[in-house]
Amino acid sequence: MAWRNIWRNKKRTLLTIFSIFIAVFLSLFTRSMQIGVYDNMISNAVKFSSGHIQIHKNGYWENKSLNEIFKDTKEIDEILKNNNNIEFYIPRIESYALASSGKHTKGSLVIGTDPEKENELNKYSQKIIKGDYLNSNDKAVVVAEKLAEYLNISVNDTIVMLGQGYHGITAAAQYKVKGIIDFPIPQLNNQLIIMPLAEAKYYYATDNQITSLSLMLKDADKVDATIAELKNSLNDEYEIMPWPEMNVELVQAIQSDSIGGIIMLGILYVVIGFGVFGTIMMMTMERKKEFAVMVSIGMQKLKILIVVIFETLFIGLVAVLLGILISYPILYYFYQNPIPLTGELAATYETFGIDPIIPFSINAHIFVNQTLTVIGITILAVFYPLSMILRFNIMKALRS
Amino acid sequence: MSIIKTINLNKIYNETVVPVHAVKDVNLEFEQGEFTAIIGPSGCGKTTLLNLIGGLDSPTSGEVIIDGTNISNLKPKEVIDFRLRNIGFVFQSYNLVPVLTAKENVEFIMQLQGSDKSKRDERVKILFEQIGLIDRMNDRPSKMSGGQQQRVAVARALASKPKFILADEPTANLDSAATSNLLDIMLKLNETENTTFIFSTHDSRVIERARRLITLKDGQVEKVE
Repeated sequence: MAWRNIWRNKKRTLLTIFSIFIAVFLSLFTRSMQIGVYDNMISNAVKFSSGHIQIHKNGYWENKSLNEIFKDTKEIDEILKNNNNIEFYIPRIESYALASSGKHTKGSLVIGTDPEKENELNKYSQKIIKGDYLNSNDKAVVVAEKLAEYLNISVNDTIVMLGQGYHGITAAAQYKVKGIIDFPIPQLNNQLIIMPLAEAKYYYATDNQITSLSLMLKDADKVDATIAELKNSLNDEYEIMPWPEMNVELVQAIQSDSIGGIIMLGILYVVIGFGVFGTIMMMTMERKKEFAVMVSIGMQKLKILIVVIFETLFIGLVAVLLGILISYPILYYFYQNPIPLTGELAATYETFGIDPIIPFSINAHIFVNQTLTVIGITILAVFYPLSMILRFNIMKALRS
Repeated sequence: MSIIKTINLNKIYNETVVPVHAVKDVNLEFEQGEFTAIIGPSGCGKTTLLNLIGGLDSPTSGEVIIDGTNISNLKPKEVIDFRLRNIGFVFQSYNLVPVLTAKENVEFIMQLQGSDKSKRDERVKILFEQIGLIDRMNDRPSKMSGGQQQRVAVARALASKPKFILADEPTANLDSAATSNLLDIMLKLNETENTTFIFSTHDSRVIERARRLITLKDGQVEKVE
């Protein structure tokens, strides 16, 4: 009966469905784009620095001190290899040193890493503008472009590095520059030096110890579950941190930007709400006499309410399904083929180390959230008409 | 024994503003199998009296007792359920549900009663044979004439096997042929199945065929013949 009722006035129902469909389409499109961009930002940040999860010795994250490091043991290796959600992991030593060449000296950030794994993740070899990328056995470094400019060095030149190693030991060595890397993030391009992990261990005299293990996950949504599993396997000596805790500024930036998007969606939803409300209100008002007859012959008002709720849900569901069916292929296309950015905007993105694209997300929760929201709105919109049905006077309605 | 009894029934509208005494001290009894018309000029209280008997409206004072149940004491939900099981209604303007077919309209009330499908099908077939519309069962009301719609409305009222049927000016919108046809059907049902019919009407064609006439004037029973 509910299904037949909604087609009593085809034009009105189709118009309502169309307006909800447009709103669903727009909200899916904007939300998919917004979340796609956030995912891209997160992915860039996660890949370069933190990983989805990072393991340190307790206290390292607070002080970032080389004294708070831990042994890269086979036991840890086994635990990480046996976890089904860990795609791969990169051991790193991160510290600081003064880099000097001739009259020029500058404080630099030194990352000792596994060159092959790092390249797999961050494609460093593609960012080398002079010379070559590193191998695991090299006793050489790759220097960021702006730092190299400042130190007035090029490939095959030598730089002197002076720093503080494990437990305050002096770290001093000279290294050949194997390559110059154009690092997209300006701050890092001014100060980054990359060296093979084995050489960094030697330089900082950490023995077999590292500052962090960065873990990349197969399913990034299972960060908490993976951390819980690791905590069960590793002892209390380690702190295991998820990426949001290590990228607080990024998370805050996304949250504040997301609020803007949600406000826009909210406005869209208010429009949907009034559209549905208007239709259901009209459908209720014009059938008051019919409802009165139904109550007269013995239909409880509650059953009439259920019919009206179904009518509303049908309208909402048809519109939402239509919205999803039409949106999905479009969003999937943009998911596979992100919109490339050009000009200044692309340059700005690259400056921050983010791929110059507008990616889209087809994460199921976007569709589920929109569906539930629209259904929620339609249910809200039907409240007043329902209260009218409960309150209507049979005699007045019969006479109308 | 009477199936309907009204005791000192009063209905006053607009009690606090300009009181209108629509029904005044009505004491009536109706027996099983009656074919009764409540007559009188417009505004005499015919429809109000029917609505009070049917539990659609509540009396200002007095009682309506149907088969031993004082319906004035029932809660709103109980009154609706009481109507479903005991009273059939036929309205002046048919009031069939437009999105349902004739068959579904008749079946609807039995669905509300919780009858199973086989019983519904059986009853619907019998009723449509009785009203002579077996070939129009699957038509929507909009495709039927006024007379046909009113016959379906009678079938709907009978579907729940009520104790009596209240019909508020059932022939007001029908032409002579349709009126005659409808009255034939109702009289036949009254005679063969002992169905009780109570009409409000000022249609002389109905008055002629009624077995008992109750005349109202200014809300009061003037004459019973």
